[in-house]
Amino acid sequence: MKIRTTLFAAAAVLLAGCGATTPATTPATTPAADPAPGASAQAAVPARALTITDPWVKAVEKGMTAAFGTLVNHTDSPITVTGAASPLSPRIELHEVVESDNKMIMQPKDGGFVVPARGSHELKPGGDHIMLMGVEEEVRPGAEIPFTLTVEGGATLEFTAVGKDFAGAKEDYQPGMDH
Amino acid sequence: MGASGISRRGLFMAGAVTAAGTVAGTVAGAVETAGASAPPDPSGAAVEPFHGVHQAGVATTPQAYAVFVAFDLKPGTGLEPISRLMRLLTDDARRLAQGRGALADTEPELAVSPARLTVTFGFGPGLFEAAGVESPVRQLPAFETDKLQDRWSGGDLLAQICADDPLTVAHALRMLVKDARAFARVRWTQRGFRRAAHVQPDGSTQRNLMGQLDGTVNPTDLDRAVWLGQGPLRGGTTLVLRRIRMDLESWDELDRTGREFTIGRRLSDGAPLTGTAEHDEPDFGRLNRLGFPVISEYAHIRRARVDDPGARILRRPYNYDDGLARDGTPDSGLLFASYQADVDQQFVPVQRRLDQGDLLNAWVTAIGSAVFAIPPGCGPGGWIGETLLVDGTGEADQNRGHG
Repeated sequence: MKIRTTLFAAAAVLLAGCGATTPATTPATTPAADPAPGASAQAAVPARALTITDPWVKAVEKGMTAAFGTLVNHTDSPITVTGAASPLSPRIELHEVVESDNKMIMQPKDGGFVVPARGSHELKPGGDHIMLMGVEEEVRPGAEIPFTLTVEGGATLEFTAVGKDFAGAKEDYQPGMDH
Repeated sequence: MGASGISRRGLFMAGAVTAAGTVAGTVAGAVETAGASAPPDPSGAAVEPFHGVHQAGVATTPQAYAVFVAFDLKPGTGLEPISRLMRLLTDDARRLAQGRGALADTEPELAVSPARLTVTFGFGPGLFEAAGVESPVRQLPAFETDKLQDRWSGGDLLAQICADDPLTVAHALRMLVKDARAFARVRWTQRGFRRAAHVQPDGSTQRNLMGQLDGTVNPTDLDRAVWLGQGPLRGGTTLVLRRIRMDLESWDELDRTGREFTIGRRLSDGAPLTGTAEHDEPDFGRLNRLGFPVISEYAHIRRARVDDPGARILRRPYNYDDGLARDGTPDSGLLFASYQADVDQQFVPVQRRLDQGDLLNAWVTAIGSAVFAIPPGCGPGGWIGETLLVDGTGEADQNRGHG
């Protein structure tokens, strides 16, 4: 269930355009040479600038929930994730968990998630995560939920997170000042 | 199809491929060989391949510890949620067998020593009914000597978890139960054990708590006796799990001669009373000085005998020893796990002969009984039960997703 998807061609252009030492990327219309069986659709997006492994989302009937996974940057420049979207909720924020008055609270993370060059950034309960508010459709265990992350410059990463029953990830929410 | 042109299903499968790929270094070449055990690795790092034509945990050299857990599906749990459940459980089993934490595992450190962990799933008649698919199995007919208790019988879904380390087993059980809880309730758990790994030479027959070698005669050609070659269960098999209580207090009253007469084998080495070594063929026709058969007409091995090796059941038993009454009486016995291609043709006739006249019945009683179809194995992109639930109906991919 480790899911790896890729930035769209736009992202590749973007990253290459930033002057990074990213290897030249193939246009999105060129099929990948050797798509994995059962995943031929991946051929359409050969650029692998940013991927996410093991994405999952906490199962919930409605209200608030969160998505997790490990972002992996395959380029030689940092990549900043600035936003997230999903059909599950019109209100999704990139969150961090911080200590405040001796308790752990979560709040919007200024500047988004920075994935270091050739490095990874883990989204996990008790840490950075993708926060979904006002979820009205039940997230069932085993459901496959589509997500789109936006990186600085406007490129996107699409992936599917699996619903998992999870008892934790109950940090109090401290809305950002601008909400 | 999502906006990226990647179907959800494709993504899911691609993800599994990736997941398997990340541990290719430790399970390289294992994909086609699930069930055919490699020589035991003395370390906790030993891995039994998860992927393959057959599920692991049947032909696999028995590990030291086992827990069998049966679930009842919650009312209204049909094909679509069952498919989601099996995807989740398959993913857990796949990762844990490879020595990795499950997805969203809160104790991934407990997964690092797989110790030959296998998780084998079975579907009871109730699961097929809930899914709207014809069941290839049914519960056993009644037997005279059975004293079955509901608390050890039946079940819609089975997970058989085996490993050479009890902590690994406990963690896998915990993870599977957490992921099954939204869909099903636990019906029973049965824990068993054999000799610890490497205490005796590989391939040794295990001893049960009555002191007997248990499991001497097993089929050698599993493709005939165990695995189904056609039909919806192709690549799978069936499991009959019987909880057999032993009355060790009254067994104690029997001297060794009586014990050996009951079974038809010597206690010391398991040799038939007509032979000199464990695997000698019993001579059922040999008479003693008085003209009676050396191996009694009612001896256990005579009653259980199946001449055709292709019709024999595969026995993979575990002992249970679940505590003592205040007077010291043990709650002991055998988790008799029997795998066969055809329950009615292979298991039932033997059980009927035992039921009708086995000397051993004076000391053993079946108090639990359950029958499961064991689906075939799956590849890195698949999930256990897919061929039974999806290919059989073509409906499981409808109504998927989060709706």
